[in-house]
Amino acid sequence: MAVEVRGGAAPPSVAVWNDPRARAIIFQALALAAVVAFGLYIFNNTYTNLEKRGIASGFAFLGSTAGFGIIMHLIPYAEDSSYGVAMLVGLLNTLAVAAVGIVLATVLGFVVGIARLSRNWLISRIAYVYIESMRNVPLLLQIFFWYQLLGKSVPGPKQSIVFLDIFFLNNRGFYTPAPVFEEGFWEIVVGFVVACIGSFYLSRWSRRRQEATGQQFPVFLTSLGLIVVLPLLVALVAGMPFHWDYPSLQGFNFTGGMVLIPEFVSLTFALVVYTAAYIGEIVRSGIVAVSHGQTEAAYSLGLRPGPTLRLVVIPQAMRIIIPPLTSQFLNLTKNSSLATAIAYPDLVAVFAGTILNQTGQAVECMAITMAIYLTTSLLTSMFMNWFNASVALKER
Amino acid sequence: MSIATVSFEPKPSLPPPVATAGLLGWLRANLFSSWLNAAFTLATLYLLWRVLPPIFDWMIAEAVWVGDKTEECKNADETRKGGACWIYVRARVSGFMYGLYPYDLRWRVDLAGAVALALMVPVFIKAMPYRAIYGLAAILLVPALASLLFYGWYDFPPNVPEAQTHPWRVVETAKWGGLSLTLLIAWVGIGASLPIGVVLALGRRSKMPIVSALCVGFIELWRGVPLITVMFMSSVMLPLFLPEGVTFDKLLRALIGVTLFSAAYLAEVVRGGLQAIPRGQFEAASALGLSYPKSMALIVLPQALKIVIPGIVNSFIGLFKDTTLVAIIGMYDFLGAVALGNADPKWLGYAVEGYVFAALFYFVFCFSMSRYSLALERKLNTGHKR
Repeated sequence: MAVEVRGGAAPPSVAVWNDPRARAIIFQALALAAVVAFGLYIFNNTYTNLEKRGIASGFAFLGSTAGFGIIMHLIPYAEDSSYGVAMLVGLLNTLAVAAVGIVLATVLGFVVGIARLSRNWLISRIAYVYIESMRNVPLLLQIFFWYQLLGKSVPGPKQSIVFLDIFFLNNRGFYTPAPVFEEGFWEIVVGFVVACIGSFYLSRWSRRRQEATGQQFPVFLTSLGLIVVLPLLVALVAGMPFHWDYPSLQGFNFTGGMVLIPEFVSLTFALVVYTAAYIGEIVRSGIVAVSHGQTEAAYSLGLRPGPTLRLVVIPQAMRIIIPPLTSQFLNLTKNSSLATAIAYPDLVAVFAGTILNQTGQAVECMAITMAIYLTTSLLTSMFMNWFNASVALKER
Repeated sequence: MSIATVSFEPKPSLPPPVATAGLLGWLRANLFSSWLNAAFTLATLYLLWRVLPPIFDWMIAEAVWVGDKTEECKNADETRKGGACWIYVRARVSGFMYGLYPYDLRWRVDLAGAVALALMVPVFIKAMPYRAIYGLAAILLVPALASLLFYGWYDFPPNVPEAQTHPWRVVETAKWGGLSLTLLIAWVGIGASLPIGVVLALGRRSKMPIVSALCVGFIELWRGVPLITVMFMSSVMLPLFLPEGVTFDKLLRALIGVTLFSAAYLAEVVRGGLQAIPRGQFEAASALGLSYPKSMALIVLPQALKIVIPGIVNSFIGLFKDTTLVAIIGMYDFLGAVALGNADPKWLGYAVEGYVFAALFYFVFCFSMSRYSLALERKLNTGHKR
């Protein structure tokens, strides 16, 4: 039997449309050309349309006077401020809702997630009902609902619902005491910073000592003590350079203190209870995903349930929990834009709503708004990728 | 040697200890297993006792169920302890279903619903041949048919008498509304976003750098912005993008926004499924000589999609909930119609009832969708999941 040996022969030539590499290049060139052509077409149309409507493109309008009031502003703002300042006010309002919402939703979410895992049937069932009912009702509907409830079913200022004699809830908002800072407050801040730095070095020292000798040191309690006691001592020495301004009923309304407008309260409340349901599910699935063998191994090493949870289960669960948790934080931030529906002045309502309607600068307003959200999202996901890589299981 | 017969008679088994079986045992294991647990249980029971009876009173016991005039609720307000006024919901329910659709043509919407149901029934019959293909066709056909029925086909000039009376006269999309609009948007969004999402996911996994970069850019752009800005964009910017004289219907613009937004999320879900398929499957398909489209359609996607069914259904539930956002750009979907009804001067002050009704509806719909996905997942689980 003769074996035919084909040595050194060039591969048979293939037609261009059958060569995968050539085909890939042609296909990509076509795709790119289509996208570019589409972009040019849209750009051209937009340009023509804007010119016809007599709208000058550009960001010069940010400097002109806004001329409308905003019911909640964290920085000084008046009707004669510029559009740029108004945009900043909206952005800060969005950030305020997002920050408060994220903190509260995380706390509530972890409580719900752990309750869902409770061996107590009643508590676990209640957490289940809570999660399912919140996740299956649209957020916009919940925002409408709480806003309506706060406007209708909560009494006026004279019959406010009182908590602890210092918090008041009525249909004009939620009144809390406001801290008033006096001369010399910076000393307390310095004390706080020193305490933080001190506890950082304390924890480093204790970790080294534990690695060297095996002896543990109650870092958490000591640091907590340090951070609370040091600023307090400084405050006492400096003669309490701040006081609380309590809200009080004067005539028909409250004066003093700090007021959270009903729009803010109902929006934050709806966002918190909605997002907490999702966070609860994430926490539950994260803890369940840590294999039971880990707990058993910890027990067999002689760890008690508390340290087992703290040192073995939670660190592993956190690795699973944190990525979806971040995406929930992002969702909460993006969902805060539903503020428009109840006229809470967030970035979208102020900038893509009022300012867009007043100036007609649709392209610029939408581009800035979307760019702000997009940047936040992309920065967060970049951070998350870095974080994931740093906590990923280091296996052989 | 005789063999003695030893009889072994077991004694009857003892009953289980009282404290581990039956109701008492269950209570002990699940509610009172420790002092802490018992304290939690009692605290929770107290809380429930404080919260549930008022809700029950408001919703059922003290609510006004009978009647059709707003006065009946107002009068009842003096005698009852402020219960819900459900006759408001009953009076407005047709508005909730059809929005501003002309009264005399609402049978067309009903007809569309009946047609949709009739076309969808065979999808759930196991013996039906070519069920998957039929199902796909039905999913594409139903929204087209429904839109046609909603819209009508005789476009009369306004001064002709038929423009007010003809049974098949055109109804502008601005008049569509209520539950029928919500279902239409959700249906179109679901039907259109899945194929786009699959294409985007395949593009993102492609080895061609430009294609993959374009897909990544598209997906991240949509996922990075809130849906409400997409809605605003579709209502204020899309008209600017089009050449002069070309106008898109407002509903169509919203549909495009919802679909693309949802497609970006679906693409990420599908990508998760594609990543879970071992390389061997791709290689085996190539070794068999299957072209790229064939290997994807016949080998990879059926496995990948099966894995991510829960994720896909979650996206669909999200899309269904997100349809409520069209209310913000001035369309009257179910939530928009409820909000519109709440502003009815005849029925001022019963908004909470309207929202509770809407919440119950959305809950029933979304919850049953998620239950169905669980059942589907169990049915399709062939044990190959890694």
